[in-house]
Amino acid sequence: MWVFLCTEILFFGGLFTTYVIYRQRFHGVFAQASRDLNVVWGGTNTAVLICSSLTMALAIWSAQINRRKLIVLFLLITMAFGLTFLGIKTIEYKEKFAHHLVPGPHFHYVCPPGEPCHPEQAEVFFSLYFCMTGLHALHMIVGVGLLSYLLLPSWQGRYTSEWHNPLECIGLYWHFVDIVWIFLFPLLYLIGAH
Amino acid sequence: MAEHASAAHTPSRKPYFLTCAFLLVMTLITYVVAKFDLGPLNDIVALGIAVLKATAVVLFFMHVRHSSKLTKLTVVSGFLWLAFMIFITLSDYWTRGWLDTFASGR
Repeated sequence: MWVFLCTEILFFGGLFTTYVIYRQRFHGVFAQASRDLNVVWGGTNTAVLICSSLTMALAIWSAQINRRKLIVLFLLITMAFGLTFLGIKTIEYKEKFAHHLVPGPHFHYVCPPGEPCHPEQAEVFFSLYFCMTGLHALHMIVGVGLLSYLLLPSWQGRYTSEWHNPLECIGLYWHFVDIVWIFLFPLLYLIGAH
Repeated sequence: MAEHASAAHTPSRKPYFLTCAFLLVMTLITYVVAKFDLGPLNDIVALGIAVLKATAVVLFFMHVRHSSKLTKLTVVSGFLWLAFMIFITLSDYWTRGWLDTFASGR
């Protein structure tokens, strides 16, 4: 599973590298454009994902102590957190569409008065925002799907302290997606907060 | 595949709750710190906190602390190659202006 996650590190890594290059080139505008993101939603989502990682870890702990109903309960809570995250993400995306901040023909960036104005550089920021959070959201959707696949065998008592590899592997995947967000949050939402 | 972390010791919930609390506190700290302008330190502090948080997730939530050396090696190599990719790409971008400097004989 970790070998798969290494390929995932480089998958997201390509986007992070692109981000780093443009960030140092368009430093000021990235910070300016970042202020159009909603830090409260972003922060809430960070907390939601951290809590979901806790419940995922507790689901595996439940398997280690052979409590099958507890596994199902924690998996359901983890899925609920995952869906909460995706719901908040949907609200944020909707706001971006309403404010014409989605890159493309309808992109219209209003520069803050009295500051250097480079809408084309701001568009690069929003392109990266949608690529990175979009790929992350896709991973979340896959993650919720994988968790639902674990529900039935968990209920049937297939995962015990002796053997619960599927739980461990999908748990690792879930935590990995959490880690990606831990980096996305400061890089996208917080760079213009001061 | 993932290693079984539970084989050697009785599983305890406590590290998970502590890790979660640590991550939430660090999120709050990174949010508050971002409000102050520290100049070039802004990014370094934000990324430093993110790295600390990621390390906590890897060690405790992902059980790497109790995993085999092979798993640890795989984890480290994964992040190491990411670092290679970023630094070698950046070394290209950062030094592109140098060519003109050399060409003009200065």
